[in-house]
Amino acid sequence: MKKSVHKTAWAIAISVVVACWGLAIPVASAADAPRAKGAEKTAVKAHHAPTASTVPQMPRFRFENFTTDNGLPDNHVYAVLVDGDRVWAGTDDGLAVYENHTWKTYTTKDGLAHRAVLSLALDKRTGDVWAGTMGGLSRISAGRIESYTQLNSGLSNDVVYGVSVEGENVWVATAAGACRLNLHTGQWSLYNERNTPMIEIWVYGVSAAADKVYFAVWGGGLLELDQTTGRWDEYQDPDGETEIVLFKDQGLIHQIVSSVSYVDKIVWVSTYFGDSHYDGRYWHNFLTKDSGLPSNFTNFVKGVDANRAWFCTDKGLAYYDGTNWAVYRPSLTDGKPEMTVREAQGRVTNIPVSTAPAHNYILGIDFQGSDIWVATAKGLSHGIFQHNGNSTEGKEKNQ
Amino acid sequence: MGAAAKDRATRLSLLSGLMAAALLPAIALWLALNPSAKADERAQSPMPLVYASPLEVLVSPDGARLYVLCQQTEEVRVLDESTHKPIKAIPVGRVPRGMALSASGDRLFVTNSWDDTLSVIDTRTLAVIDTWSVGAEPSGVVEDRAGNQLFVANRISNDVAVLDAHTGAEKKRLMAGRGSSYLTLSPDGKRIYATHVYPNATPHRTAPESEITVIDVEHAIVVDRIPLHGIAGVFHLAISADGRLGAVAEYHPKNLVPLAHLEHGGAFAYTLTLFGADVGKPVEIPLDELERYASMPFGVAISPDKSRLYVTVGGSECVIAIDVARLLRFIHTRQRPASGSFEDHLSAGANYIMARIPVGHNPRGLTFSHDGRKLFVANRLEDTISVIDSRTNRVASTIVLDGPKLVSALRRGEQTFYTARYSFQGQIGCASCHIDSTFDGLTWDLEPDGFGRDIVDNRLIEALKGTEPFKWNGGNPNIPTECGPRTEMYFWRSEQYDDLTLADLTLYMRSLPARPNRWRLPGYQLTPSQERGKAIFERAVDRFGKPIPETNRCSYCHSGHKGTDQKSFDVGTKKATDDSGLLDTPQLLNIALTAPYLHDGSASTLEEIWTIYNPEDKHGRTNDLTKDELNDLIEYLRTR
Repeated sequence: MKKSVHKTAWAIAISVVVACWGLAIPVASAADAPRAKGAEKTAVKAHHAPTASTVPQMPRFRFENFTTDNGLPDNHVYAVLVDGDRVWAGTDDGLAVYENHTWKTYTTKDGLAHRAVLSLALDKRTGDVWAGTMGGLSRISAGRIESYTQLNSGLSNDVVYGVSVEGENVWVATAAGACRLNLHTGQWSLYNERNTPMIEIWVYGVSAAADKVYFAVWGGGLLELDQTTGRWDEYQDPDGETEIVLFKDQGLIHQIVSSVSYVDKIVWVSTYFGDSHYDGRYWHNFLTKDSGLPSNFTNFVKGVDANRAWFCTDKGLAYYDGTNWAVYRPSLTDGKPEMTVREAQGRVTNIPVSTAPAHNYILGIDFQGSDIWVATAKGLSHGIFQHNGNSTEGKEKNQ
Repeated sequence: MGAAAKDRATRLSLLSGLMAAALLPAIALWLALNPSAKADERAQSPMPLVYASPLEVLVSPDGARLYVLCQQTEEVRVLDESTHKPIKAIPVGRVPRGMALSASGDRLFVTNSWDDTLSVIDTRTLAVIDTWSVGAEPSGVVEDRAGNQLFVANRISNDVAVLDAHTGAEKKRLMAGRGSSYLTLSPDGKRIYATHVYPNATPHRTAPESEITVIDVEHAIVVDRIPLHGIAGVFHLAISADGRLGAVAEYHPKNLVPLAHLEHGGAFAYTLTLFGADVGKPVEIPLDELERYASMPFGVAISPDKSRLYVTVGGSECVIAIDVARLLRFIHTRQRPASGSFEDHLSAGANYIMARIPVGHNPRGLTFSHDGRKLFVANRLEDTISVIDSRTNRVASTIVLDGPKLVSALRRGEQTFYTARYSFQGQIGCASCHIDSTFDGLTWDLEPDGFGRDIVDNRLIEALKGTEPFKWNGGNPNIPTECGPRTEMYFWRSEQYDDLTLADLTLYMRSLPARPNRWRLPGYQLTPSQERGKAIFERAVDRFGKPIPETNRCSYCHSGHKGTDQKSFDVGTKKATDDSGLLDTPQLLNIALTAPYLHDGSASTLEEIWTIYNPEDKHGRTNDLTKDELNDLIEYLRTR
């Protein structure tokens, strides 16, 4: 572990955060959906009215699921990206885009680097979409696709697990290190064991901002590049590679990092053995045994802001609002739609719902105003935010 | 023109003129005694004359002034629109290429393609009030109607930059086609249509693909790309005042069949693609007619009443006038080919072409007067502006721009390079493939040795001196041989150059300088990555400590300033379709610009030269390199 954590200080920080929590907060930042019609209005309305129940108000959704039966090219959806009114789905058999209630699929015949699309990123300035695939990196710009591979470009490896766009730079996480493409100069810069503290080169995710870039390294912890100084920092599990958590909040929860999300100068990290939150000084970790996380095996995390995040696990989709947890999934026992809310004190309440994400195995999430789009192993799910009292589920909840 | 600039130009002009006048008779006599074999020597010409070389022309919003962009004197000349008298010459940057008025008409923007700047001219004072740094080889420029954003097409970085129109600060770049060059604002101000002079990448030996990039002005994002199948070389685009008809000038190369089939129309079709509500699905129509090709179309203008459409045809030295009503009738009454293209229908033009109006050498930009009665055409290699009466479709007058009266050998050489008059039916000229004296991004089947044999990549022709021999097989020892018998036999299939013409062309070819390298830092300094790449380029030992034979080091064959030892080697790249694997070592100057690579263009990027086409380490010892090191090597090569 690079940076020490003082448990008492962390406890105080948490207390302050919790104390400040008076209201339920929108599940997604309005800034995440700049082109969504009425997004700002919806986001404001996302505050929930109090109910007779003492159960914390957590966001509720009506899930509409997309599979090959209604236009998706493949049910295995690795990644999802919202671009205003358009939704992109990286599937095992092509890149699908949903627009005006119609799916269109891009394949290798259109120039896509590989049929299996593992990761997606949007260049918000230009509207270009970047797709990391099992066979290279593709740029989709108004229908034209340009693909970069390890043979035709400086891309470090064809297996692209993650991609992130920041300014004129495209940051790429691959199976052989990370790299950066400068869109102005065309220069590729590679980051691996030879020029960074990367002890493993299997980079699963990247999250870039103007000040810092974070890399999720499978087996190698979390790496941080300070763009202003060029300095690298590494964050390792203080318990080493053991699966025993001896010092829970003293550092990264585990070495096998599956994704990272840097938002509001806060780092959210998912691993296959729990998740972490890091504010630059203090760590706070989440495990099933002491949080509402449905599984420690987390494929993907996406922070809403400094306090809220969504966790995509192998046993359902989880939302953390800074205090309470909600889990959305088909029941692990009977497959029926299920939503549970876990309060900070540990009380768990089942919320009656009639819909759920397409599958428990969740691989990705993105926000469309107050709605969510969820990539699962068996379909893509659109979680349509339900205002209290205005929907069937709201009535169910009140009954 | 300012007094100092005028004095300087006059002095240059007089001095050069006197020298040329003194030299020419002697050279002519000497050449008469020593024909083509001596053409190379004639190429040693001192002090070239500087010509105006008008490229683009604009009329001011009040209709009172004519702005003429002069590429070689590097200035904007301002003329009185009615009297044609010069008002002022405004010096701008190096090799200006594009020009546009601001929405309010108070500023004139000029892109300077060789120093990557944009000159901002105050149209009241006719002075440059600002110079902004922009992208690599800026070309077309357009301001939005609100006067907030400026769009600049960058030819080398293949994009359209979005700038703050008040400060010049770049906001972002939008991916455009390769060789992004010309921009047109739609009449309603909502869309910008961008074109590009080199084709987008396609798999080896497949038809080229180009596009019209459609930009949403308000959001400054690309919203559509109109595909131009089979097209390589797209130039100006015009949209009718009602916004219902768009037309773009383009080349349709036939590079997949042997060029030896010129007599069967097998080299190029020169066409317009029409699009918009009047047309429906875009359609390609030919400008060529039987035995009258329209070689190298460039500028397009549609009359304000949409009755006529005019196209400048640089290589055919004419302006083609098209009757729009007849054109629309043609495309709506004829059954369209499945491809959507009438490109090969040489009789089609008779249905809509009203006139071929002869103008000066290499006509380029054109614009209408406000009343639509006059059409101004910039004749780049004649320093004149043809004024066409659009009612009669005849040249009513010719404006002669100030400059040398003497046509130098160098100028004649450039005229020869850009004309199609020497080829069979006037189909092609040197510049058909060497667009703006560069290259075309295509591979060609040149020799009459059967379909698909000896495919060759088109190379850059800058800074040729010291890179002989020519051709990929090194078969031509010098430029006169390369541009003379070879060109006449394989390309023109027609008239041969006389000795003087060949000498002039040789002079021009040898005069072409290398454009500035955009990857090199000022002062020839190298970045750490480039420095590492240079060490790899020059290394004598591989990563395992084994000596690399001298002949298998990068720097052995690619030696010297230009990166060639002027010898031929077999580097293991011979294909089954090649007669020989012995290939001339190409020079490396500006190598980053000229994809695809290798003699047959089979490597789509520099990386592929080594990741795919060097399995036995015959093209230098490279298979021991890590990916980082290969990237460093390429970063260094880009600085050459």
